Amino acid sequence: MVWVRKDLLGLEELSREEIELILSTAESFKEVSTRDIKKVPALRGKTVVNLFYEPSTRTRVSFEVAAKRLSADVINIATETSSVKKGETLIDTGKNIQALKADIIVMRHNYSGAAVMLAKHLEISVVNAGDGWHEHPTQALLDIFTLKEKLGKIAGAHVSIVGDIAHSRVARSNVWGLTKLGAKVTVCAPQILIPLAIQDLGVKVTSDIGEALADADAVNVLRMQFERDSSEAFPQQIEYFKNFGLTRERLEKAKKNIIIMHPGPINRGIEMSSEIADGPQSVILEQVTNGIAVRMAALFLVAQAREKLGVGSTKR
Amino acid sequence: MKERAKVLDKESLKRAITRISHEILEKNKGAEKLCLVGIRNRGVYLAQRLVESIKLIENKEVNVGALDITLYRDDLTLVSAQPIVHKTEINFDITATNLVLVDDVLYTGRTIRAALDALIDFGRPKIIQLAVLIDRGHRELPIRPDFVGKNIPTAQQESVEVRLEEVDGKDEVVIMEK
Repeated sequence: MVWVRKDLLGLEELSREEIELILSTAESFKEVSTRDIKKVPALRGKTVVNLFYEPSTRTRVSFEVAAKRLSADVINIATETSSVKKGETLIDTGKNIQALKADIIVMRHNYSGAAVMLAKHLEISVVNAGDGWHEHPTQALLDIFTLKEKLGKIAGAHVSIVGDIAHSRVARSNVWGLTKLGAKVTVCAPQILIPLAIQDLGVKVTSDIGEALADADAVNVLRMQFERDSSEAFPQQIEYFKNFGLTRERLEKAKKNIIIMHPGPINRGIEMSSEIADGPQSVILEQVTNGIAVRMAALFLVAQAREKLGVGSTKR
Repeated sequence: MKERAKVLDKESLKRAITRISHEILEKNKGAEKLCLVGIRNRGVYLAQRLVESIKLIENKEVNVGALDITLYRDDLTLVSAQPIVHKTEINFDITATNLVLVDDVLYTGRTIRAALDALIDFGRPKIIQLAVLIDRGHRELPIRPDFVGKNIPTAQQESVEVRLEEVDGKDEVVIMEK
């Protein structure tokens, strides 16, 4: 298996073998964060630019930590304080970053497809850190990595994704990744938040949380983004917790060792009770730790591919 | 590539391991502060065999670790199409130890240069020594081994393959040529 992509844009376009290569590379990178000196020189002299068009703390920090543990130089651009405010287009911004001889752009954008478009226009690598409702590949990869650590393997596992499926790039990337690796996936949400034709991706669809939990090995609870949607059809917080929130009562009917995941930040008392979030089955903080290893692997692989393709290097 | 000559068989490989373990003990005056770290992939198995051999001689358990140097190489894309990053497993403190680095073949010395960089990130050994099964010459860096199984002068277009039971199903060392 040879990684030849200069970009990581989504899991839809990746083969099962490519996903497995990222996961096995991440397994080796995890050890680096346990050392006294948490740094290896793999990306020494490379520049990684974090370009964030949406506010994000955990994903940006995770990418920054990952890049720094690989010895890359990191520059953070928050668009609220940049020339984007003055009307510069995305492609112009990208080309300017390329002219600075940076090597990798890590981008978060509110428009679906933004990362794909940027990657097409640039020679430098683009890693998608979430684009609109489309994909958030590294989040899904770290979810799958964590699951694999806990379950041993993904093939045959039953994973339920609960929450706002319609507006969730995390859900979409998880569905692509999990189904490619042979997992059984159920998505569960209020009717209004289930996108049309989602069942065509090979998942089971339900609006009954009991059914979603019944024989699941793991449940991935998405964040309800109440701040984004104020339309009347969007459920109220109390109503959502009553009908979909993870509680001890609901989990008593599920498998005893069910794994609880959440991409964070958690809305305690809305998506799940505090008791569950802090309970023994929760792997929420392990997901954060694993995110660094997965992002190190992603940055390492795209940087290697660029050297192989001879892009952006004056040597060799 | 085809086989030109077999330079070590199962028995002679075993004798080389036994001799090196005696030499390590002699030079370090016993197994007291000793630890061994093998370079992935085959260096790890050689290190484990040396530790077993040392145990037979001195009846002492010596720590053994595994080092992956992929992330420290300066020639990654020249080495293979897809460098695979493996795990480094050193579950003991290497500071103040007499550390013996173990690899199968010593050639340009670039692997050892990378391994030294990696080791320094884990601690500060009192001394680092180098044990290799085969020294085939053609050094590109000022690096020399302390313990050698066999010196084999080679041409640069040849290659030396160390095959070990644990990975390849049999113990032997052969010279391959184009």
